[in-house]
Amino acid sequence: MLPRWVKPLYFLLALLPLLRLVVLVLTGGAVNPVEFITHSTGTWALIGLLVTLALTPLRRLSGYAPLLRLRRMAGLFAFFYACLHVLTYFVLDQSFDLQLLWRDVLKRPFVTLGFVAFVLLLPLAVTSTDGWMRRLKRNWGRLHRLVYPAAILVVLHYLWLVKRDLTQPLVYGLLLAVLLGGRVYWWYRGMRS
Amino acid sequence: MLIRSPVDVPPSEITPREVYLDRRRFMQAGAAATLALLGGNAAAGLLAKPSPWSTGEAPNSRKDITSYNNFYEFGTSKSDPADSAQTLRTAPWSVVVEGEAGKPRRFAIEELLKIAPLEERVYRLRCVEGWSMVIPWVGFPLASLLRLVEPNSRAKFVAFESLADPQQMPGVKSRVLDWPYREGLRIDEAMHPLTILAVGLYGDVLPRQNGAPIRLVVPWKYGFKSIKSIVRIRLQEAQPVTSWSTANPSEYGFYSNVNPDVDHPRWSQATERRIGEFFRRKTLPFNGYAEQVAGLYRGMDLRRFF
Repeated sequence: MLPRWVKPLYFLLALLPLLRLVVLVLTGGAVNPVEFITHSTGTWALIGLLVTLALTPLRRLSGYAPLLRLRRMAGLFAFFYACLHVLTYFVLDQSFDLQLLWRDVLKRPFVTLGFVAFVLLLPLAVTSTDGWMRRLKRNWGRLHRLVYPAAILVVLHYLWLVKRDLTQPLVYGLLLAVLLGGRVYWWYRGMRS
Repeated sequence: MLIRSPVDVPPSEITPREVYLDRRRFMQAGAAATLALLGGNAAAGLLAKPSPWSTGEAPNSRKDITSYNNFYEFGTSKSDPADSAQTLRTAPWSVVVEGEAGKPRRFAIEELLKIAPLEERVYRLRCVEGWSMVIPWVGFPLASLLRLVEPNSRAKFVAFESLADPQQMPGVKSRVLDWPYREGLRIDEAMHPLTILAVGLYGDVLPRQNGAPIRLVVPWKYGFKSIKSIVRIRLQEAQPVTSWSTANPSEYGFYSNVNPDVDHPRWSQATERRIGEFFRRKTLPFNGYAEQVAGLYRGMDLRRFF
């Protein structure tokens, strides 16, 4: 069993980026608050996804199975920050205008990628409950493999929007490549044996 | 070419005749400015007369203008320049003005400050990234400097170069752009009265993160055209090579006039976020200076010459 305090601790830690954001915006610490909120929530959604994807390999390496009990909360927090990210963009950038939003999604490839990634995450958040796990049976696992393409799209979305300095998105991309590469490696070894 | 004066100048902003004629004060102002720059004292004031070219819009705060900068020589994040530009030595400093000119020469920064009376020019600045500010620059027309070196008939363009010293500028060690930073204007753009060399901000010496000690300001073009910390100005016959259009020719053109109808390939230029405002506002052709500068581009296809 996972010690009792681990989940509440993760919950509190995962709220820290939001707290920092609120404090910085309210104290005038961000010159361009809307840009800051958009970038910050986007980055934390990606970090949340990477943490979620790191739990399975960590369990394999450590042999500590209870780690998987954190996956749902980690995934839902990633989705929470993704929602804030999309909402900021929709409300503050596109001024609540659905038509404007749709045009931007179709016209700007980097927005398209981000939007598709968000759409892929939606059913995963909806079916994250115990009830849906039971109802979907084996298909639940299959459905939740959508997190892989979603994470790849998020990294591409980030790479594509950066003006010139690709360092940050490349670092996240490398981390994702390691996490997905590990899965491919284990899957390949499993096939051979 | 007919150059009309801006429409948004309230009568209260036009310099009273007494002040305009008070040459002695300008001489003192020039001397004070020299002292301020040489002393490297950012709080030292520069005396500048108001200008009819200024906008009546409320300027952004000094904090906004000095803590949100694109100055890749000091790092690619907006907060990097304010953090790491403080090591830049702005004195001694000189600018070479050379090329197709009768009297090319080197100007020490002290001389540059005395070329023409300093003026306060409150200009809109529109970044290619989609944000904008209103900035009270202190400076003088670039034309006053260029006339001193007597450009000849082959001087069709003006090329500018920034300092690129890895000792003082940590960002120059990274290959994010091909250093030194280069920019350029057509000669008529360079001679236009809106085009200034800025040496100050908010009545003080220009802060380092804003391009001290001397930078270009071309308010109808995207911000990256307004090159910072200039060390070389060259009059030439060929269109200059510029940093951003070299880095990505399909995204950044030589002209880079603010144009809501020509999008950046990856994002829209139709709107902008004025720093300090909640929702985006419409971007104006030539950043609201169309009346003064649209004539420079008459007959040109602005989609092709973006």
